[in-house]
Amino acid sequence: MTWHALLPLFVIASSLVPGIVIFTLGEDRQRLRTALNLGAAVGKVGLVAFMVYGVAHGVSYEARLPLTSDLDLVLRADPLGVLFVSLSSVLWLLTTVFAIGYLEPYRNKRRFFGHFSLCVSATVAIALAGNPLTFLFAYELLTLSTYPLVVHRGDAAAIRVGRVYLAYTLTGGAGLLVGTVLLYTLAGPIDYAPGGALQIPGDAGDTALWLLFFWLIASLGVKTALVPLHRWLPDAMVAPTPVSALLHAVAVVKAGAFGIVRVVYEVYGIAGANELGLLAPLSVVASVTIVYGSLRALRQRDLKRRLAYSTVSQVSYIVLGAAIFGPLATLGGVVHIVHQGIMKITLFFCAGAFSETLGIHRVDEMDGIGRRMPLTMVAFTVAAIGMIGLPPTAGFISKWYLGLGAVSDGQGWVLAVLLASTLLNAAYFLPLIRAGWFGQRRSPWPRDERRGRFEGDSWLIAPALVTALLTLLAGVLAAGPVSVQQWAEVIVGQEYVPASPR
Amino acid sequence: MAWAAAWVIAIPCVAGALAFALRGALRGLFIALGVAGATAAAAALVVFVARDGARDLALGGWLAPLGIRLRADGLSAFFIALQAGVGAIVSGYAAGYFAGDREGKAFWPLWLTLWAGLCGLYLTGDLFNAYVALELIGVTAVGLVAASGGAALVAGLRYLIVTLTGSLLYLAGVALVYAEIGAVDMEAAAQGLGPSPVAHVALALMAAGLLLKTAVFPMHFWLPPAHANAAAPASAILSGLVIKGSFYLLVRIWNDVFSAHADDMLAELMGVLGVAAVIWGSAQAIVAARVKMLVAYSTVAQVGYLLMAFPLGGDAWPGAMYFAAAHGLAKAAMFAVAGAIARELGHDDIAKLGGAAGTLPAGFFAFALAGVSLIGLPPSGGFLGKWLLLSAAADHDHMLYLAAIPAGTLMAAGYVFRVIAPALAELRRAPRPSPWRLWREAPPLVLALAALALGFSLSPALVLLSRGAPFGGGG
Repeated sequence: MTWHALLPLFVIASSLVPGIVIFTLGEDRQRLRTALNLGAAVGKVGLVAFMVYGVAHGVSYEARLPLTSDLDLVLRADPLGVLFVSLSSVLWLLTTVFAIGYLEPYRNKRRFFGHFSLCVSATVAIALAGNPLTFLFAYELLTLSTYPLVVHRGDAAAIRVGRVYLAYTLTGGAGLLVGTVLLYTLAGPIDYAPGGALQIPGDAGDTALWLLFFWLIASLGVKTALVPLHRWLPDAMVAPTPVSALLHAVAVVKAGAFGIVRVVYEVYGIAGANELGLLAPLSVVASVTIVYGSLRALRQRDLKRRLAYSTVSQVSYIVLGAAIFGPLATLGGVVHIVHQGIMKITLFFCAGAFSETLGIHRVDEMDGIGRRMPLTMVAFTVAAIGMIGLPPTAGFISKWYLGLGAVSDGQGWVLAVLLASTLLNAAYFLPLIRAGWFGQRRSPWPRDERRGRFEGDSWLIAPALVTALLTLLAGVLAAGPVSVQQWAEVIVGQEYVPASPR
Repeated sequence: MAWAAAWVIAIPCVAGALAFALRGALRGLFIALGVAGATAAAAALVVFVARDGARDLALGGWLAPLGIRLRADGLSAFFIALQAGVGAIVSGYAAGYFAGDREGKAFWPLWLTLWAGLCGLYLTGDLFNAYVALELIGVTAVGLVAASGGAALVAGLRYLIVTLTGSLLYLAGVALVYAEIGAVDMEAAAQGLGPSPVAHVALALMAAGLLLKTAVFPMHFWLPPAHANAAAPASAILSGLVIKGSFYLLVRIWNDVFSAHADDMLAELMGVLGVAAVIWGSAQAIVAARVKMLVAYSTVAQVGYLLMAFPLGGDAWPGAMYFAAAHGLAKAAMFAVAGAIARELGHDDIAKLGGAAGTLPAGFFAFALAGVSLIGLPPSGGFLGKWLLLSAAADHDHMLYLAAIPAGTLMAAGYVFRVIAPALAELRRAPRPSPWRLWREAPPLVLALAALALGFSLSPALVLLSRGAPFGGGG
């Protein structure tokens, strides 16, 4: 095994091993644990940066473990996987900083950070999975390692929500297990391949492939929170805010959407999926989810629940991008994997900073918060504008390409969906921005503590500022030489080259 | 290799006798030597079979029908590996559990004799010797249950009646075979039994007896009280290893002796019983009040998956064997933790587990890891076993099993998390972790991690299982 095969393993081990070490450390070894957490997160970003550089220069990193004569576990750094790995590793670093600040007054930090590291390891394995079996391995690991994080508070509500979370995600997982077995039975053991691994037409009957596609989408749709499988996500808001942030931006929800992208592009192939007529129904599901999620978000009074429904809506942009045939729409969907992540995590960082500093949990309590915590409110505003999709933020780039793609594929109705979503996003974010900056505070803050050197604990505020800055940069520098969009264009280029015979 | 096979049986047998006869430090020494020696002999045998393939071994140079014929193929070696691996680790746990305990006096001779009996069963090539091994296993297993006294005594008596009935049914089948062809050697029986109704009756009788001993639904009624009331190391052995013995024999005669008589209807019947066992056992585990009862009912459910190999055939055979191994490891880990819970908290009521993970962090972690394999989530042996079963079901469009296996998976998640979820609950006053004890924390962790490690090591297991082509076909 050369070191080219070892790099994907190192990338996973860089969070897995520290996680295991953290479990063995005593609860009171705060300093060492923090050093381990930060060291591991920085180390992972370094390894991933090295990997990005290598992949950009045509190096292939692949580790393969045969299970039987024809079943393999494969970890491979392809451009799509590397995109997701980069997102996860950078946001893990920032979320770790945030979590260290957030959890300062609470108990059970060992359990939390141990599972937190496992959760990221599973996410990275999902990103690097080179075939559906490996994906399934990592996907179920993610379900399990996230469970203790969701129930971390340990009160009755958390335990109940944990049950809901497991009921949904394990059912999705069982569905994915059956779907993957059927896929292997129909097509043999396949690896993900740009342009699609299946021969369409050829490998199996069209009806079987059609049914299997929607079985897989429905199974993955649980984590993706596609309507009507989304119920667990808003409930999971009882988890500590760093968990919500990771859940919504990087780990669970994103893993589902990423799985759908893999199925569409690298199992069926976008051309094959188009030929089988799979895309139209998928785009309808995504559109319904986009509009429904926004409508529900409008009615939420709890800030985190509003953000949760916003995630339901926003993540489906990725699915929508995959459901429209054409490179522009694909580009919009793929960049949104990153854009949604950095914008949504900013919002959660801000929500966490508000609740931990001032005890603010509800949207009607936000009056005048911008004068008390201006920096945090700036970050919140930038991310919210991104969610609405206004230039010059990252969100605009996503929507622009999705819209262009829809028009060039002759699906004008998608524009109406995008417009409706934009208006709804404005309707549930603009009042918050207005209240935050211009609202008159009439009552004292529910509490006012943890003042750091400036408006609050800097461990909480700094990550939000960094991701807000990234939101702006991703929008402004989209066409620059080193950008998410450039990388996504490489991916798109691969997916639309006619598939070479296996 | 013949010597290795003989040692595999002889060492635990002698050690069992010494454990009965001796007292004091010398006794402990011989028990430790016996466990270590039996494990080493098993390892040697497994290596030989993996390297050289299946072998017929005539003890003392006498061939069938006169001598005692042993034979070791991949299937035998696989189960001997399971026996030795789980057996050695559970022995370590038992040594700590029974330290300074009167109950331990009865445990060691019974357990080591049981070990010899199981290995004898895995190595015999003779239907009657298999009966002798079955009786030895049954009697020592009953002893392990009854040694705990109280409710276990009642459960043990019921277990005794069941196991004797099972053996008798099996013996009746053997008698029919002997009456028909005048031999009880498995190979001779396979060649000599024509398409006569007697062979079918013999198979039905033997299968019924073995299914009863394996606790297959609806003949499982005796298992939960017996396994749940025995001492924790005994429960681990009974659930993890003993029921695998009768299951092994059923697989053996099905494929090697009666391959011409095992008709589809009987296979389908066993598969349907398996599905019913998965559903019923899981449902009972979901409503069980005590941790040990929950774990025991989970055994009833897990046995159901093993039976699905009969109708599915092909890849489902090694799948079911792999599943059996993963279950042996995971189940032994769970009972070991259940024993620690009962000792540390003074009870194992699920309703009163709130915050218990704070008291026994390593124990609950091991329980959760074992649960991963038991539920059948990756990476674990349970997952790969289910994968192979599902693949076989998909290959032949068996919708029943394609639906039942994921359903059982979800139900298993339901009962495993009944224990995990309350244990994670936050108490107003954080419980103090009970002091670390190596014998208590290490064995379940090692067993559970081994069950997970099986999630990466299917390939060598398949090679081993193919030695001697125990399931027919090439290899």
